[in-house]
Order: sequence, then structure tokens, then C-alpha cells
Amino acid sequence: MPYQSLKGLKGKLIALEGPDGVGRSTHIELIQEWLEVQGYGVLTTGWTRSELMSKTIASAKQGNILDPWSYSLLYATDFADRLEHQIIPALRSGFVVLADRYIYTAFARNTIRGCDRQWIRDVFGFAIVPDLVCYLRIDVDTLALRVIESKGMNYWECGMDMRLGADLYDSFKKYQGLIIEEFDKIAEEFGFQVVDARRPPEEIQDALRARILPILKEGRTKRINKAVVEKAAALVAEKSAEKPVEKIVEKSGEPTPAKEPAASTG
Amino acid sequence: MTTLPKSPYLSAHPYPGKLIVVEGIDGSGKSTQLSLMRKWLESQGSNIFFTEWNSSALVKETTRRGKKTKVLTPLTFSLLHATDFANRLYHQILPPLKAGMIVLADRYMYTAFARDAVRGISPSWVRSLYSFAIKPDLAFYFRVPIEVSLSRLLEGTRAELKYYEAGMDLGLSTNLVESFKIFQSRTLAEYDKIVDEFGLTVMDATLEIDEQQEQVRDIVSKALATYKPKRGTHAKREALFWRRFALPESERAQGEADRA
Repeated sequence: MPYQSLKGLKGKLIALEGPDGVGRSTHIELIQEWLEVQGYGVLTTGWTRSELMSKTIASAKQGNILDPWSYSLLYATDFADRLEHQIIPALRSGFVVLADRYIYTAFARNTIRGCDRQWIRDVFGFAIVPDLVCYLRIDVDTLALRVIESKGMNYWECGMDMRLGADLYDSFKKYQGLIIEEFDKIAEEFGFQVVDARRPPEEIQDALRARILPILKEGRTKRINKAVVEKAAALVAEKSAEKPVEKIVEKSGEPTPAKEPAASTG
Repeated sequence: MTTLPKSPYLSAHPYPGKLIVVEGIDGSGKSTQLSLMRKWLESQGSNIFFTEWNSSALVKETTRRGKKTKVLTPLTFSLLHATDFANRLYHQILPPLKAGMIVLADRYMYTAFARDAVRGISPSWVRSLYSFAIKPDLAFYFRVPIEVSLSRLLEGTRAELKYYEAGMDLGLSTNLVESFKIFQSRTLAEYDKIVDEFGLTVMDATLEIDEQQEQVRDIVSKALATYKPKRGTHAKREALFWRRFALPESERAQGEADRA
């Protein structure tokens, strides 16, 4: 973001991605519980849950009049609102932020609706890159069974606006199939941690925790290391002002890449 | 940021209709000029479609709510306007253009480029945000010194400055008029850059209304030289007929007063 400093973000941002009905929310809840028991402050944030936009998006969905650009931009606005009013303040005060869906959901959904890949990435260029993205990967047949068994299929999760199939079931399979295909590509592009979501929930939860734990610790040791390195570098710099030393100082002085905006302000 | 592919909004659109837009700071008189242009074009038998900045039903209510509670940040402000624009482009601008009709827009993406830059948003990001837009056939910029626009707003039709219009969200000054001056001067400076970047047609907005309108009509005539008006045969005729004879509300009251 061009007008807001991202320095001093102590917290950790962890995002969970995956198609509709794969069990993201359930696992977020469990992770929150687990982290809070350990004493971490946790904030969860979900797609379309901003105060500013949730009503607007709901009414737009009712009207079913969304063109792909408005669709993308509405979600981007919602995300921006949550980023500035929830996510960044929480990270600044050291919370672990659990995001139920992140910008990659928008990438997937809008790409299959015909938006330009680069455009949608540019639109979300103000976002911050999470410390960890876990991708709950599932095949569309298993997903369809799970969704029917739990809460049933709805219009938007079936991508009925795209008119892919005659009824909810056909449309769901085609739509979610496309979404999963796109997520797979995105997972590679952005280096997601892939978790096989066809297994029982306990196993998935264990797998998620195993990936989250090192991230929480990593930040701490890194900060200590950074301070040590900077101190050492400063000492060396005092004694000699040679170029190679300056390079080291520069390197260690950089914020961790995870806290940089996704795309520079150009 | 990677270099963008050549955006559609930098080259001419392929549609048979014509898109004419007006730009300028608040109080520049652009809306007055646009409505006069519309009257004139309609009197020539063209069917005109009109669209206004931040007017789509989808987003207007949200912007209003956000402005009221003052939760809008420069980023959400920018994105909301882009959403509104996308929605209007898709539903109000493109269909008539494809059908070969004339569309007039009160403010276009250049407004966002100017205002968002003043609010501290990265100019290249805003341009990529609007890269789905189309290039207007004609874009007027009504240039006016800040004092003139301010006096028009304070003494004229509205007699009140609005919070966001004055850029009060930026905390430039606690005084509304002072804030307006600072914010709008910065917007003016941004517009001047945009004029060069996108080749807008600059109008001297300090001239008398009819003088400006004469120039506007000259320029529009030239731009429409190859254009053939296209309209449905009967659909709008009645509305058009009455519009040509009915006086605006304000003038009607004046007329009655004169007669009395």
C-alpha cells in the first residue's frame, strides 16, 4: 500500500484456501481454539465479512446482475476494508490472523469468469503476502458428496451464474472442477502448503497444525537473529566502511519478505 | 510491477457509437456544459444516453453509508468508485455504444486518476485498476482556477461544501473552505498531468457559459463528422417531443413570477 507503512507488523498472517464446502471454516475454528489455548491472540477474518461491504455484496448477489469486473471489484473493496480495519491493526499488535479465504480465492473465481489473470493480480496489488497459505486440496467427486451431505448446494457455490450445467449438481461439478484446477495452478505459482483434504478431519487438522507451528516459532527466532545480526553488522561497520560490509547491513535490515506488499507500488 | 500489456483504454474503441466525457474539479461548470450539449444533440435528433460518476444502484448506497460513518479509507474509496464505474460501463455505457448511440458521461476514469493520486494512492495501480475501461472519443477538461470554482460553489447553486469534496478525510485543515482549497488545488495539479498523459481537450472554464458551449459544439461537431445518428423509430419520440418544449423547473417558476 502506497500510503500506509507496513513496518512493525509483529503478528502472523495465515490463510486457508480451498473450494466451497471443503471444511475451511471448521478447521479455522479448531485452529483458533488450539492457538488460544497456547496463549496466542487470534483474529479470524472471512471473505465478504467487512462491515462496509457485506450488505452490498449480499444485495448484489440477490439481484444476480454482476458483471465480472464489478464482481471482482466488490470483493476487492471488501478485502481492502478488512485489510485496513482488521488485519493490519491485528498484525501490528501481534495477533495471529487466520484468514478464511484470501486473495487467491478471487484470483481463481475471477479467472474462470473470464477476467484477465494479470488484471486481477494488479487489482489486489495492495494486499500483504501471508506468512503461510494452506490449501485444502480435494477432488470434485468427494467434494460434491460432502457438500450434499452437510448443507446442500447453493446458487453461487454451483456457479449457476456461469450457466455451466442444467441443474445444481451438474453445474456444481463443472464449476468447482474449474475452481480446483485454477487453485492447483495458483498453489504452484504462490507456493502454497498443500494438505490432502480427503482424509478424516482429525488428520487434516494435525497436518495443518504441523505446518503452522514452525511459522509461529520461525518469526520469533528470526527477530532475535535479526537483532543480533544487525548489532554485529553495526559493530563491523563502525570499524571499516567498506562496501561488502554495507551489503550485509542492507540485507539484514530488510523486513522479512512476507511482510511486503504483493506487488510493489511501481 | 510488471509492465502492463497495452491497455484497451489507450486505443480507440471498436464500437459504432460515440462516447463523450467531461472532466474538471467541482464547480468547474462541466455538468452545465454537458447538459447543454445534451439538449443540443437531442434537438438534432440523436438519442442520448447519460451516465454520471458514482451513480450505480449497486454501489451508491454503500458509498453513502461509508461516507456518513467516515470509515472509507483512500483505498476502499478508490475501489468503490472503480466498482461503480465497472458496473456502469457494463450496463449503461457499452450497450448503447455497441448499438451505435451517443453516450455522455459526467466524469470518467480520469476523475479517479486525479483524486486517488491526491489521496496518496499509487498512480500506476489506479491505472491498472481501470485497464478494462474504454477510451472516450472525446474528453473535455474544464480548467478553472480554484477561486472561481470555490466562489461558484459558495455563492451559487449549492451554497455548501461537502466533506469528501473538500478532502476533509485527508486532515489537510480543520477548516472546510481551507481544506477544499488545498485538496482541489492538488487535484488541479493532477489533472494538468493527466491532460498531457491522455490528451484531454482543455476548455477555458472561466468564459461565459454560452461562449464555452459554442466552442464545445464546434469540437463535438467535428468529432461527430462521420457519425450518423441512430435511434429507434418511435420508442423515445414522445419523451423527446416534450423535452424540447418543457422549461426546467427553475425557469418555469421565474416565468410565472414574471407573468404575475
